[in-house]
Amino acid sequence: MRRWLTEALVLVIAAVVAFPLFWMVLSAFKPEDEIISVDPVPWTTRPTLDSFTRALTVANFGRYFLNSVIVALIVVGLSILISFLAATALTRFRFRSRTTLLIMLLVVQMVPVEALTVPLFFLMRSVGDSVPAFGLNHLGSLVLVHLAFSLPFAIWMLRGFVAAVPVELEEAATLDGASRFRFLWQVLFPLVAPGLVATSVLAFIHAWNDFLFAKTFIISAVENQTLPLALQVFVKPDQNDWGAIMAGSTLMTIPVLIFFLLVQRRLVSGLAGAVKG
Amino acid sequence: MTAKGQGRTAFAYLTPALLVLAGLLAYPIYQLVLISLYDYGQEQVSGGAPLTFLGLGNYQKLLGDQQFWTVLGQTVAFAAVCVVGTLLVGAFLAILATRVRAWARTTLFLAALGAWSTPAVAGSTIWLFLFDANFGFVNEVLGIQGFSWTFDKWTAFGLVAAQVIWCSFPFVMVTLYAGIKAIPGEVLEAAALDGASAFRTAWSVTLPLLRPIILVVTIQSIIWDFKVFTQIYVMTNGGGIAGRNLVLNVYAYQQAFAASEYGLGAAIGVVMTVLLLVITLFYLRALRRSGEVL
Repeated sequence: MRRWLTEALVLVIAAVVAFPLFWMVLSAFKPEDEIISVDPVPWTTRPTLDSFTRALTVANFGRYFLNSVIVALIVVGLSILISFLAATALTRFRFRSRTTLLIMLLVVQMVPVEALTVPLFFLMRSVGDSVPAFGLNHLGSLVLVHLAFSLPFAIWMLRGFVAAVPVELEEAATLDGASRFRFLWQVLFPLVAPGLVATSVLAFIHAWNDFLFAKTFIISAVENQTLPLALQVFVKPDQNDWGAIMAGSTLMTIPVLIFFLLVQRRLVSGLAGAVKG
Repeated sequence: MTAKGQGRTAFAYLTPALLVLAGLLAYPIYQLVLISLYDYGQEQVSGGAPLTFLGLGNYQKLLGDQQFWTVLGQTVAFAAVCVVGTLLVGAFLAILATRVRAWARTTLFLAALGAWSTPAVAGSTIWLFLFDANFGFVNEVLGIQGFSWTFDKWTAFGLVAAQVIWCSFPFVMVTLYAGIKAIPGEVLEAAALDGASAFRTAWSVTLPLLRPIILVVTIQSIIWDFKVFTQIYVMTNGGGIAGRNLVLNVYAYQQAFAASEYGLGAAIGVVMTVLLLVITLFYLRALRRSGEVL
C-alpha cells in the first residue's frame, strides 16, 4: 500500500519534470491563435507544422542547424583523435615530465572557460588576420575553442580506458609483426571505443549548447551563426514569436535527447570507467 | 625500446594536444591577466590611443565600485540557492528512487534525462514561455494573468534558479542513487538486526558512507552554479533592467563587450578564476579523502 503511494508520488514528480519538454513540443505544433491565447490549454485539436515552417524559412533555421552540426562533429572528430594519442602517451610511456603534465591537465579543467572570453576574442581576431577561416565570424573559431575546452577532460577520461588494455596484447601484436602504427589504430583504438563514446558525447553537447562563445565570436556574419543564437532572432521585446521559438527549441533539443538516450548506458559505464581508472 | 626512444614517441603523440592546450588555454590565461593590468578600451583596440599600464588600477576601480560588491553578493547568494535546491531535490528523488519498483524508477530517470539533456538556451526559452505574463500556462493555472515574473528582481532570480535546479538535479540524483545502491546490503541488515530504526540507519549508517559522494557532487554543483551565464543572459535579457539581475559572469561580459571596458572585464574574469580555484582546492582535497588517486 505504501509503496503504491510512493510510486504515485514518483510518477507525479516525473510528470512535473517532463512538463516543460512536453509543453515545448506541444506549443511547436499548436496553431498561432492557440499559442497567443490568454487561456492556454495543455492539448491541441488542430496540430500544424506552421511554426516549423516559419522557423525554417524566416530565420533560415536549417542553415544554423547545419552550422551547429558541422562545428560539433568536427570538434568530436578532432578531440577523439588528439585525446586518444595523448592518453596513449600518458599511460603507455614513462618519461620525466609525465606527472607534471597530468597535474597540469587536472588543474586546467578547473579554469572557468567563461572567464577567457576577452583574451580568446582578441586571439581569434589576430588569428583571423592570417587565417580567416579560424578567425572571428567564422565557424573555425568555434571549433578551436571547443576543441581546447573538451580536450583536458577527454584525455583524463581516456587514460583509464587505455590503461585497462593489457600490455601483453601489445607484445603479442608486436610478435605477430604488427607495426606500432597498426597496433595503435587497429587494436588499441577499437578496444577503447566505450571511452570514446563517453568523451564524444560530452564534447558534442559542449559544442552544441554553447551560447557565450558563439555570441562573442560570430558578431556580424549572420550566415555563420549557430542554433543557440538563431533562437534569439524570434525573441523581440513584447512580441515574441513563441510558436517559432518553441519549434526552434524542439529542433535544437531533439538531437541531444536522441544522442543521450542512445548512449546513456555506455555513458554511465564510461564515466564509471574513468572514476575507476 | 630505449628510454630516450620512449620519450620521443610519447612526445610525438602528445604534440597535437600540447599545441592546442598551450595556444588556446595556457596563452589566453596569461593574456587574461595581462589585459587586466591595462586600460584597454575601444580606442586602444582600434589603435587610436596608446596602451597605458595601470598595474592594479582596474582591480582598485573594481573593489571601489559599489556595483561590483552587489554583483558578487548576488552571485554567491544565487549559487547558494541553486546548490542547496539542486542537492535537496536530487537527494530526495534519489532516496525515493530506491523505494519504488523498476518501472516507476525508469519513468523518473527518463524524465530527468530529458531535463538534463535540454540545451541551456532552449531550456531557458521554454521556461520563459511557461511563465510568460500573458500566454504562460503557469499564470493561467495560478489565475494571475498579466503578472510578470521577470520584472521584479527577486521573482526573476527565483525563476532562473528554478530553471537551473531543473536541469542540474538529474546529475545529483543519478550519482547519489548509484552511491546508495553501492552500499552493501549486509551493512544495512546488521543495523536492522541491532535494532536501529529506519531514521537511525539513514543518519548513522547511510549518510556517513555517502559523505564522500555528497561532498563531490556539492563542490561540482558549486563550480557549475557559480558560473551560470546562459540562463541569466537569456531569461533576464542580459542581466535584468538596469543590470539588477547580474552575476559575475554576465557582468564581465557586459563590461567587456557592451561597455568596451576590456581591461575591467578581464579583471572580473581573474577574480572569478581565483575564487573558483580556491573552491577547486577544496574539491581536490575532497577527492583525495574519498580515496581517488592521481
